[in-house]
Amino acid sequence: MSELDAAEVREIAEALRSLDGALLPILHAINDRFGYVDEAAVPIIADVLNLSRAEVHGVLTFYHDFRREPAKRHIVRLCRAEACQSLGADRLAEELDAALGTGTDATVETVYCLGNCALSPAALVDGKLYGRVTTDSVLALVRR
Amino acid sequence: MTIRCVYIPADAAALSVGAGDVARAVEAEVAAGRADVSIVRTGSRGLFWLEPLLEIETPEGRLGFGPVTAEDVTGILAAGADHPLCVGLVEEIPWLKSQQRVTFARCGVIDPLSLSDYEAHGGLKGLRRALDMAPDDIVAAVTASGLRGRGGAGFPTGIKWRTVAGATADRKYVVCNADEGDSGTFADRMLMEGDPFLLIEGMVIAGLAVGATKGFVYVRSEYPHAFRKLRKAIGIAQAAGMLGRNILGSGRRFDLEARLGAGAYICGEETSLLESLEGKRGQVRPKPPLPALHGLFGRPTVVNNVLSLAAVPTILAEGAEYYRDLGVGRSRGTMPIQLAGNVRRGGLIERAFGLTLREIVEDYGGGTRTGRPVRAVQVGGPLGAYWPTSLFDTPFDYEAFASRGGMIGHGGVVVFDDSVDLLRQARFAFAFCAFESCGKCTPCRIGSTRGVETMDRIARGDRVADNLALVRDLCEVLRDGSLCALGGLTHVPVLSALDHFPEDFDRQPAVAAE
Repeated sequence: MSELDAAEVREIAEALRSLDGALLPILHAINDRFGYVDEAAVPIIADVLNLSRAEVHGVLTFYHDFRREPAKRHIVRLCRAEACQSLGADRLAEELDAALGTGTDATVETVYCLGNCALSPAALVDGKLYGRVTTDSVLALVRR
Repeated sequence: MTIRCVYIPADAAALSVGAGDVARAVEAEVAAGRADVSIVRTGSRGLFWLEPLLEIETPEGRLGFGPVTAEDVTGILAAGADHPLCVGLVEEIPWLKSQQRVTFARCGVIDPLSLSDYEAHGGLKGLRRALDMAPDDIVAAVTASGLRGRGGAGFPTGIKWRTVAGATADRKYVVCNADEGDSGTFADRMLMEGDPFLLIEGMVIAGLAVGATKGFVYVRSEYPHAFRKLRKAIGIAQAAGMLGRNILGSGRRFDLEARLGAGAYICGEETSLLESLEGKRGQVRPKPPLPALHGLFGRPTVVNNVLSLAAVPTILAEGAEYYRDLGVGRSRGTMPIQLAGNVRRGGLIERAFGLTLREIVEDYGGGTRTGRPVRAVQVGGPLGAYWPTSLFDTPFDYEAFASRGGMIGHGGVVVFDDSVDLLRQARFAFAFCAFESCGKCTPCRIGSTRGVETMDRIARGDRVADNLALVRDLCEVLRDGSLCALGGLTHVPVLSALDHFPEDFDRQPAVAAE
C-alpha cells in the first residue's frame, strides 16, 4: 500500500470512528473505496480504534463481503440458495465457471439469497440485481 | 381515456427484469410529446410473475399491464385497455384481491419516499396514537394483538417488549433484524423498498413503549438497493420530525441509524447480530442473559425482525382486536407468505394465518414454472422441512407446522419439481451450515462438515444403512448441542428429506472402475 493510500485509510477510519461499533462501517468504507482491504490497512484501523491487530484481522476475515485482494473487473455473485437451486443454479454455476475460467476479467462468486426468489435464478452482476438469468444473459453482461 | 399518472415499480426484483427500461421508455414518450403523464416509481405489489407491472391511473382504478418490456410502452400508452398485455384493474386480479393486505397494504401503491403519500394512506396514525398513550398501554396493546415474532421462533412480541420496558438502564435500544437471509424470502426487502416509513414508524413506537431513544436497522448487504432506500427514508423522516429529538412535536426522542451487514447468514441470529453491530465477529452469544436485558452494548434491547415491527403501527392504529381477529389458534394476524422457486406465479401473498399449503402452491402458484409435477416444497428457509405433496393440506400456522415436524419460519415457500434430488438437498443443508457456521460451538462447526462427508458416502452407495444411522446420530448431536438455531435446526431439512423421500437415499454402490 502506498503512503497516499495509508493516509487515506487513516482518514476514512478517523471520519467514522465516533460511530457506535465503528469497525464494520470502516471496513465497508475501505472495501468500497479500494475494492478490497489491504493487509497494511489492519494496523492503521487498529490504531484508530484502539483495538489489537488480531481483533481487526478477526473481524475482517469473518465476513464474506470483505475482500483481501483486488477484485477482477466484473463480479458475478450468483445465488446458489434453494429457490435458485430449484431452477438450475448449480448447473448455471458450472457453465459460468467453465466459460469464465482463468484468463478473463470476471469472477463468479457464490451468494446465498439475494431476495429475488420468485424470479430465480438470480445474480448480482457488478452490484446490479438480475432475475431469471441464464448462462448467456450473464455472459453478455460481463462481455459487453 | 384520460391518463394522469403511470406507476412503475423501482423495487429491486422488478428492476431485475427490466422495470428501469420500462420507466425510461415512458419518459421518452413524454419527452417526445407523445404522452402527457407523470411517472410515480413505487415498490412492488409482489405479483412477480407480472413484473415489470405498469399501472395506468383511470377513473375506475389502476389498470395493469404486465410483464411489460420497453418495446411495449408506446403501444400500451396508445391502446390502453385494448392492449394485449392488459391484466385489467390491478386490485381486481384474483391473486391480489383474495389477499388480506395489512402490512403490505401500501407496498406497490404509494411512492415509498413520499411522507405525505404515506400519511394520506393511513401512515403515522399508529404513531400519533402511541404518543398519546402510556408506555405500558402500548405494550399491552401489542400483547393483546397476539403478535408473535415473524422471524422464525414465533416468540410473543408483547412479552419481549415488557421485559425491556421493565428493565432499568441508562439507555435502551431497539434493533431491527433486517438480516434474515432465508432462501425463498423477500418480504423484508420488499417492505424496506416499498414502504420504509412503516418500518420506521414501528421502530419509533417500540422505542416509546420500552423507553429506548436509539434504534438500529441492520440490513443484510445482499440487499444494497433496500439499504439505500431505507437510508433515504430515514433522512426524510428526520427532516420531517418523525425521528429525532422532538417526534411529531411531542418532545419525545428517537434516533435511528441503518447499518449494513457484511455477508454472514449467522448475523440473522439475534445475538450474532448484536455482536456484529458492536463491530465484532458475528458470533453467537449464549443465552441467558437475554438480549432483552443484556443486549446491544450490554443494554436492554428489543430485537425484532422487519415484519414484526411493521405490524405494530396497524395494531396501534386499528386496535389490538382488529389484528387479533385475523388468524387461527395461537397464530394471530396476517403472515406475508413468500412463494418462490420453481413456481409459475411466485410472489408475496399476505393472508391471515390458516390457509393451506395446497392453496398457496396450487391456487396461487399454479404449479411449477417448468410445467413438471411438484415433488417437494421447503417451507421456512434453509432450516425448514422438505415436504411431499401428501402434507399439502397442512394449514399455515405455527402449531400445525410444528406438529408435522416443520416450521413456517420467515414464511418462505420454495417449490421444487420432480427433478429434485432430496439427497442433494439434504447434503446442501449440511454444507450450508458448514459454510455459514460462526464457529463458536463444536457440533455446528464440525458436525456440519462430517454431515457433508457422510452424505457423500451415501451418495456413492457406501454402507448406506450404517451411514444413514450416522446421519441421524449426527443430527441429534447438532440439535441438542448447538448454541443457536443454525446448528440446532439443521436436522429439520436433513431428516425431513430422509423421512419423506427415502427412495432418494437408497443408492447402490458404484461399480469399481478398475
